[in-house]
Amino acid sequence: MNEKDVPQDSSSTYQGQKKLIYAVDDNGQYNGVKSTGWEVESFATQMAVDDLQEQADTALQQAQRGEVSPLAYHMLRLRFDIGSLAQTTGFFQWQIKRHLTPKVFSNLSKRKLNTYCAVMKLNLEELTTLPEIISQPKSN
Amino acid sequence: MKDIILPIEHQQSSHCETGVISILLRSKGLNISEPMAFGLASALAFVYLPIVKLGGLPLIAYRMPPKTIIKTVCKKLNVNLHSQKFSNPNKGMQALDDELAKGNLVGLQTSVYWLPYFPEDMRFHFNAHNLVVYGRTAEGNYLISDPVFEHLVECPSEDLQRARFAKGALAAEGRMYVVRQVPEQVDLIPHIYSAIKKTARMMNGMPVPFIGNFFGAKGIKTLAKKISALSKTKPKYQKLFLSNIVRMQEEIGTGGAGFRFMFASFLAESAKITGNDNLQVVAKQTTAIGDNWREFAMEAVLFCKKRKELSLDDVAKKLTSCAEQEQTLRADLLALSKT
Repeated sequence: MNEKDVPQDSSSTYQGQKKLIYAVDDNGQYNGVKSTGWEVESFATQMAVDDLQEQADTALQQAQRGEVSPLAYHMLRLRFDIGSLAQTTGFFQWQIKRHLTPKVFSNLSKRKLNTYCAVMKLNLEELTTLPEIISQPKSN
Repeated sequence: MKDIILPIEHQQSSHCETGVISILLRSKGLNISEPMAFGLASALAFVYLPIVKLGGLPLIAYRMPPKTIIKTVCKKLNVNLHSQKFSNPNKGMQALDDELAKGNLVGLQTSVYWLPYFPEDMRFHFNAHNLVVYGRTAEGNYLISDPVFEHLVECPSEDLQRARFAKGALAAEGRMYVVRQVPEQVDLIPHIYSAIKKTARMMNGMPVPFIGNFFGAKGIKTLAKKISALSKTKPKYQKLFLSNIVRMQEEIGTGGAGFRFMFASFLAESAKITGNDNLQVVAKQTTAIGDNWREFAMEAVLFCKKRKELSLDDVAKKLTSCAEQEQTLRADLLALSKT
């Protein structure tokens, strides 16, 4: 890629940061060139972020209706899934799946709750409650 | 406690691991550029592992696994690297403070998610991000040279501890490393040729039946076939699958294209060091491959945006052409490293 072709699309996903890409100048020399973003890349990033946001929103609505536990919402909001939460907490996946049901979650021992709190950087109050208003997808 | 601020020459890099080792070596007077570190480590690769899922989507990597680069470069150049990990977070933070007090720059492996200075949209639970700590303020904030950032950054102690000791896949376990000693003189030329040879050998896949089909150019072709086969799945999954390839390519792993450009830069630098003009020729060829990867990313995204002119087969075809180009490059690199 020629230096002149290094995309400078000011992607919102970069939040004003820049990335370094190696590119060629007209004399065939390679240099690091700073890029403010590439539209193609930020589309892919945005799609992934939107997908996670959508999952979290759905979980929040389900949790508010009492179909799933608050853990389901916080897990997705903090970009965990059952697999990664199992790896970080040391619980088995089947245990976490159970904890996602309101009935099991409300009877969880303090020790188990604290494990979630430690891994997710939440206090007990935050872990066991839901925000009142449905959060809107962030518009950057 | 007083501020500790060690001298550092921050230089933005394309990739964290190569950036960190370049900064650490330069601080000791051994001038190894980021692309040189990448090349010497034979870090260029391709892996598609459908069995390993991240967030429900397959793992695709465009370089060797984390830690390989730092380890290989130090071993090859005879650099004395002191690497430690900790089971006790407090001990890990204390060890970091001790090294800073001794005046040493410290490399750390961390989780991206818990570093507050990362843009929100790029914070994912990825545990193999590398950075350099160059000091600590009296208030207890750590001063960080994060190679993928343009400027120096700061991070509160609590967040840094969390980032160092986050559990999960590729967990850092508080890993920290300090360069103790570097050799005064290094003859790069033999290392350059052996590294190119090793890279080339890995480029076609592994000489193992079945599993070999997920590495190198063969792996790229396997992924291309998978893209063609996506037509049987739901449109939403097609989109997520394709955008995942692009994200792994362009964002998380610095990029398939980004790594190809870095390798090209390594080859061009090597041409100057060795005086071998053929290396300049393959550098150009590698740049063209990087450009082709970018075109593939563009087509994949155009498909996601539902441009009707493009079919999944078109996208797959573009990817196959990347594989074919890499196979040609492989042959040329092997021919080069023989001389």
